Amino acid sequence: MPVPIASTLGILSDNLRKRRSALPLSRRARTGWARGLALPHGGETVIYTGQMWQMVPSINAMAHQLGKYENSSSGSLFRFARSMNKLVNLTPFLARVSAKDRAFYDERLRNIARLLQNAGVPFGYLYEDDLYTGALAYDEGLDPAFVRHAQYVYSVLKARGVRRLITVDPHTTNMLRTVYPKVVKGFDLEVRSYLEVLDARHPKAQKKLDVQATYHDSCLYARAEGVVEPPRRLLAGAGLRMVEPELSGKLTFCCGGPLETLFPGKSADIARQRIEQLRSVDHRVITACPLCFANLSRAAPKDTEIRDISDYLSEAYAATPA
Amino acid sequence: MKVDTRLLDRVSSGPEFDAKLCLNCGTCTALCPLGLEILPRKIFHHVLLGDKERLLAEENAIFSCLLCRMCEVNCPGGVHIAENVRALRVYLNEEIHGLAEV
Repeated sequence: MPVPIASTLGILSDNLRKRRSALPLSRRARTGWARGLALPHGGETVIYTGQMWQMVPSINAMAHQLGKYENSSSGSLFRFARSMNKLVNLTPFLARVSAKDRAFYDERLRNIARLLQNAGVPFGYLYEDDLYTGALAYDEGLDPAFVRHAQYVYSVLKARGVRRLITVDPHTTNMLRTVYPKVVKGFDLEVRSYLEVLDARHPKAQKKLDVQATYHDSCLYARAEGVVEPPRRLLAGAGLRMVEPELSGKLTFCCGGPLETLFPGKSADIARQRIEQLRSVDHRVITACPLCFANLSRAAPKDTEIRDISDYLSEAYAATPA
Repeated sequence: MKVDTRLLDRVSSGPEFDAKLCLNCGTCTALCPLGLEILPRKIFHHVLLGDKERLLAEENAIFSCLLCRMCEVNCPGGVHIAENVRALRVYLNEEIHGLAEV
């Protein structure tokens, strides 16, 4: 039995409508990662986080909470929570995040920004206007709230004079590149993942890494956005010896992340299956999606080393500051 | 079975719903990481037949689809399965979750 579906999706829809996010975070949590990087405010080309990496610590905390309510009769509790959430943002109370966790996930964004800086890519950052794209609401079929939100996000981007977006995760890439043009009239922004941007520049590694690892393709990057070769070329250029799991590229196997909101138990089952597939070829696993990273990390035994691709790339390509 | 003659129109009014292209070959079922036997082809049939009662009874299956598209990229009929599942979610959110308008 899932977490109560109607109330949970109701909270998501309310949050998107009232607070413009699935998990409304403080300003510091959203933009703190950029402190000290001297990123210009806005510009025609911007790094666009869509707040996905920033949300992961809260998602981890929330998943732990939601797991307690799967297979329980908690319908009235969730209805009450929805009513309360309309008045007060419950996210900070339900998903307490330690400073250490926040700093860990912020560092992945800092990696990506440093990689782009080192590759000589000119870009700014929208800070307060770097908004969540509404990816989860879209997946859950909350189209009235999602479409309205997407139109708002686009209006903000146009008002800020943005023409090109460099995205940092597959969900935001998919939303802005494939979904927004279907629901936002006149959508005309160029959207590329930072992996595609870096790969197109044929960067030379400053330091070669003597490591063997396996790469877990995100479903959205591989099947929806065709981002299969860029991460592999960048990792090979960094010196990594890559070993492929049986299910990879367009035939990758899901990490289970999409179910962590409504079916946390099933989500964990899928993650364990995927971890076993990956571990059968190597104990070092590389991910390129914050949600894959989080879900697989929760399911992995201690002797499995899961790292985001930006960790390896920054070690190899941004070993010295730009 | 009580037939709802408006069901297909309602489901098709939102995201793309092209389930009539389904060949019922079972590739999707064989490849599903969750082993969802009902999704997508059997549920699609409920919609095409106007069987609203059976469709609503499959709420959990509809919302447990990963939207991972393993089935979609291998579908010989070229059905946009993920978008079809989303169409069902939009319908259920309107019909039974009270989330039609914001």
